[in-house]
Amino acid sequence: MSYTKALRCRECGREYSLEPIHVCEFCFGPLEVVYDYAAMAGGVTRENIILGPYSMWRYRDLLPVGEGEVVDINAGFTPLIPANNLGRTLGLKNLYLKNDCVNPSYSFKDRVVSVAATKAREFGFKTLACASTGNLACAVAAHGAKAGLETYVFIPADLEQGKIVGAAIYGPTLVAVEGSYDEVNRLCSELADRYPWAFVNINIRPYYAEGSKTLGYEVAEQLGWRAPDWAIVPVASGSMFTKIYKGFKELEHIGLLNNGVDTHMVVAQARGCSPIVNAFEQETLNIRPVKPHTIAKSLAIGNPADGYYALKTIRESHGAAVAVMDPEVVEGMKLLAETEGIFAETAGGVAIAALKHLVAADAIGAEDVTVVYVTGSGLKTQEAVADALGPRLVIKPTVHSFEEAVKEAGKVVP
Amino acid sequence: MVVKVRIPTPLRRLTNGREILEITAADLGQGIESMETQFPGLKERLCDEEGEIRRFVNIYVNGEDVRFLQGLATSLEAGDEVSIVPAVAGG
Repeated sequence: MSYTKALRCRECGREYSLEPIHVCEFCFGPLEVVYDYAAMAGGVTRENIILGPYSMWRYRDLLPVGEGEVVDINAGFTPLIPANNLGRTLGLKNLYLKNDCVNPSYSFKDRVVSVAATKAREFGFKTLACASTGNLACAVAAHGAKAGLETYVFIPADLEQGKIVGAAIYGPTLVAVEGSYDEVNRLCSELADRYPWAFVNINIRPYYAEGSKTLGYEVAEQLGWRAPDWAIVPVASGSMFTKIYKGFKELEHIGLLNNGVDTHMVVAQARGCSPIVNAFEQETLNIRPVKPHTIAKSLAIGNPADGYYALKTIRESHGAAVAVMDPEVVEGMKLLAETEGIFAETAGGVAIAALKHLVAADAIGAEDVTVVYVTGSGLKTQEAVADALGPRLVIKPTVHSFEEAVKEAGKVVP
Repeated sequence: MVVKVRIPTPLRRLTNGREILEITAADLGQGIESMETQFPGLKERLCDEEGEIRRFVNIYVNGEDVRFLQGLATSLEAGDEVSIVPAVAGG
């Protein structure tokens, strides 16, 4: 059952009915879904969640959808993996990885889009659309296909091949825009004013963003109904980051957690696009937009819409914000793959590199329950690491040739 | 200088539904004052009590965010296009 009540402006508190709108007409503040938490606390139990599907839709009652069928390609309920090898390397005894690479279109974006596509259909839209740095493009194209909606996906033209193909395969109208993500976003805002489309991250945004709460719910459930001590999150617009924390807080609020939420929330960004970390370091809540220049393209949002709220979440949770250099991103990707067998995209490398910074600074205690969010698959950003991998031995099909090559590469055959 | 201003949906109630306004102004600040004269109430939607552009409002001149230019002092030339866009989530 749905416990939604209204949309409310996060800035001035004005309320609106549950329509496909995203901005307060008075102050331009973002609108957020408001729930009847008292009723939710009475109606939602651990038992019904546990009996639900093995997907994000086990938390359906905590999401802003109606009673009809949802647009579902089985997003969510991804593994929370004890990272013993990586933990040993870093001296952490309770390190976990939330592996969202294994979503249907290989990133956490399936969570938000599953909600957004469901709402688009509920509102009667015929067309699903988005502006994307790549992962959202794949998720929108996949869910648009499943929902039988016309789909338009707008991406910066210089995206990684894996993301272009990973979106195009589902048959959307894929529009490559000669410009940065921030420019694609501005264009799409203008298009959203002209066409009666469901732009998942524009007019459907209040609903869409709620899908990321499931990243908080799942981790808490998988830890035995506890919020972790640390959550390290790769951040672009700041939306997912704030919603993970909201997910923990909601579970606490409706009485489903065994502990109080005392989670230090950590923003991880690449230094080549770190407007939120910059503001944190300068101790201001005013974000100065930047022109992105980093290999972590999925995080290359120079003008983060939820940056202000991300900064507030860091403050409220006594968290931190860490920026890392591009070579550290590549090292982070390799370390994660070589220790835990997970091939994450650049954003995952950013999160692992940020974790290393926090460990080096003695911020994280050895016993602290620490969760790193790995939000997308490395197969989509192969360009970032291709040059740093090796050795690749090329041989003739003879034992002699093999042994020569191994010797040349300085390897000892076990 | 006559410039075109693109008005986003949430503000069109104030502009009698008009999507494009033509204004005459030497810089963006003057442009906002000129729109306020024609359509009272517009300025307080765009600017906060200190007169600065609101946190969740993005204003572009010829596609460039004015925060990379001179903000409200950004000069306008004949034929320039100003676009007002609410912040949106992303990824």
